[in-house]
Amino acid sequence: MRFVDEFRDAGTARALASRIAELCRSIPGEPGREYKFMEVCGGHTHTIYKHGLEDHLPDTVTLVHGPGCPVCVIPMGRVDDAIAIAEQPDVIMTTFSDMMRVPGSRGTFLESNAAGADIRMVYSPLDSLKIARQNPDKRVVFMGIGFETTAPSTAMTLLRAAREGIDNFAVFCNHVTIIPAIKAILDSPDLRLDGFVGPGHVSTVIGCRPYEFIPRDHGKPLVCSGFEPLDILQSVHMLLRQLAEGRCEVENQYSRVVPWDGNPRALRAIAETMQLRPYFEWRGLGFISHSALQLRDAYRAFDAELIFDVPGVRVADPKACQCGEVLKGVLKPWECKVFGTACTPETPIGTCMVSSEGACAAYYNFGRFSRERVRHATALPTPSIGRR
Amino acid sequence: MCLGIPGEVVEVGVDRPDLAMVDVSGVKRAINIGLLDEGEVGPGDWVLIHVGFAMSKIDEAEAKAAMEFLEGIGQAYADEMAALLESRIE
Amino acid sequence: MTTDEQQVLDRIDRARRRRPRVREERITMAHGAGGKATHTLVEALFLDAFRNPQLERLEDQAVFPAAGGRFAFTTDSYVVSPLFFPGGDIGELAVNGTVNDLAVSGASPLHLSAGFILEEGFPVADLQRIVASMAAAAAAANVTVVTGDTKVVQRGKADGCYITTAGVGVLERDVELGADRARPGDAVLVSGPIGDHGVTIMLARGELEISSDIASDTAPLAGLVDALLDAVPRGVRCLRDATRGGVATILNEVAAASDVAVVVDEAAVPMRAEVRGASEILGIDPLYVACEGRMVVVVDGAQAPAALDALRSHPLGAGASVVGTVAADPPALVLLRTEFGGTRIVDMLIGDPLPRIC
Repeated sequence: MRFVDEFRDAGTARALASRIAELCRSIPGEPGREYKFMEVCGGHTHTIYKHGLEDHLPDTVTLVHGPGCPVCVIPMGRVDDAIAIAEQPDVIMTTFSDMMRVPGSRGTFLESNAAGADIRMVYSPLDSLKIARQNPDKRVVFMGIGFETTAPSTAMTLLRAAREGIDNFAVFCNHVTIIPAIKAILDSPDLRLDGFVGPGHVSTVIGCRPYEFIPRDHGKPLVCSGFEPLDILQSVHMLLRQLAEGRCEVENQYSRVVPWDGNPRALRAIAETMQLRPYFEWRGLGFISHSALQLRDAYRAFDAELIFDVPGVRVADPKACQCGEVLKGVLKPWECKVFGTACTPETPIGTCMVSSEGACAAYYNFGRFSRERVRHATALPTPSIGRR
Repeated sequence: MCLGIPGEVVEVGVDRPDLAMVDVSGVKRAINIGLLDEGEVGPGDWVLIHVGFAMSKIDEAEAKAAMEFLEGIGQAYADEMAALLESRIE
Repeated sequence: MTTDEQQVLDRIDRARRRRPRVREERITMAHGAGGKATHTLVEALFLDAFRNPQLERLEDQAVFPAAGGRFAFTTDSYVVSPLFFPGGDIGELAVNGTVNDLAVSGASPLHLSAGFILEEGFPVADLQRIVASMAAAAAAANVTVVTGDTKVVQRGKADGCYITTAGVGVLERDVELGADRARPGDAVLVSGPIGDHGVTIMLARGELEISSDIASDTAPLAGLVDALLDAVPRGVRCLRDATRGGVATILNEVAAASDVAVVVDEAAVPMRAEVRGASEILGIDPLYVACEGRMVVVVDGAQAPAALDALRSHPLGAGASVVGTVAADPPALVLLRTEFGGTRIVDMLIGDPLPRIC
């Protein structure tokens, strides 16, 4: 696949890895010191584990997983609200597949579906609108989740629904914004970071400028990164080079996709249909002001929060769950008390264990092994006969 | 969720200029290109697809520059390894 | 790795070896997806109730001695939606699936039964089509449908047509195959490109609006098994047809049952470009996507070249490939060496509510 395979080449990865190790040694100050970079986006976390990227990193570079997993930051109360909407008569609830197993205080969409609710997975919010057109006697709700990457698609769908006068369609809006989340991380006292691997797909929409306060006010470099494993490795290289050269700025590794100024059309679509909420609860991070989107008054008729009677009750996270610390990068997934025993992808307690982009699920599903122990097993060559 | 994948535009809708047929490794899907400027993409262009929408046109020149950087590092590394091996033989 | 992390991993390992328990109050779609939830249901509920040495092996068929011979016996139900799809239909699937469950024990399939659950209002013309393709598939696999049953349920109580087939076969060869027989040093092969059937069904449902030329790989594997066992009469440890849950699920079953590590080389796994493309669009891992005409072969490493030649000499194994090896440690784990040069785990599928694919 073009723009994919060339960014997965193992030989180039080894070469880049040796450059990264060299750079670590050449940074003036503390030789042998450990460098910690946070990949903000859950998509990056997924890539890192899925391709075994850490096998290429020297021991002196650690990637800390950040809060950019849209499913992981949904608080339990919002899941309960969504299930309450889904269980009302004549409702078809539609959502992305990641949401199906996220636990609220009374269970998951998957269980609610088994108990009789009509909950369907869609690939795009436009598919949800189509279901509304096909089922005029039902009320079709789209549960919108995601950062600025996904919000424009919900916005475009709302614009279309309004234009076509589809009045049995509604949006349960849970879109969140990335900058307040990064600010919450920067304000967290217990975390020492040397820089950020910036969220590439969010940046296709918001561009690179919104990150400029990070080097300016907080003295941390950020490199906006693509999602193939070589993209991430190159971003780490660029961050280290900034440190080696004494620079601290926003750079764009993913310039093949991300324009410096983002996508003005997408931003306009969001602005036309949505506005910032005064505050929103993030799982594990608590209430963050101006960190989420709700529908504008002009789109009240499509706002599921107004159409349906939602409980809107705040539900505290289970006591044992340490998703908040994991989302902030303070704890590694395996350092959580319930990780892998009480909390598994099969029976998740916290959201980080549900989404394929959650740090806990990624570590449990892909990275749960001792590298020393597998070294022998993976050193045996597969007979090279029969390669495709 | 934040999944974005590259696809090649095969055709742009005639009656519906906000729709394009894209090809991803031999499978095709109609996607919405309403987030791009009108006339920005045509057959042969590559776009980044996310939940049924083209988010961005892939900039071939930027991609080429990135690849050249990576290949440069790879080549330098290969040369060094070769030199290292040779020096051992002697 | 710190000792702390190793302790956590050991604790997880112990937790995973505990007896499984069904925690849900109701059956969800995940219980039918072929992954972890399906295994939990089978082991905690069915095996617990019916426990006997034959069933405990949890193979696709039971092999039992009778009248001086050895016989294989199996059953499978088919609920695929849509009923007709590129490359086949539910009838063909119902014959091939059961034939394959017999064949992978090394048995020659003999006779099938066919039970139909039909929904009131189901077009007779569709039923005729399904039955005709069952007859053709049975003829191609050299089996006969010797008994059957029909029930009709009210409109809305079934999705058109469900079929259950059972089959018996005879073991004429002196082979003992099983997921518990893999040993360090063995090679792992797959008989052709993976994921064709699962992707075909997902696309055929039309909900994703993705089009492609891909077709189901449904096929009877008895001939391919014969070709393999003729060429390699000793040294084949295990055969499994990779249906629900895909190749990854089979490899996990082998790793767990034999208490070995299975190490797969990502670059060696054969896959059509279209399967890869659809998987990338949908964000799914093709290792978990169902096949209906592919099998996983575990064979003594020294016999791998002969096994590969035998598979490739048969039309249904033309795309066969050696995809990995068996190692002693870490036990009960499937590892993938990625094309990128890293290593990761390939775990059991965690209950994604996939569409009904078989």
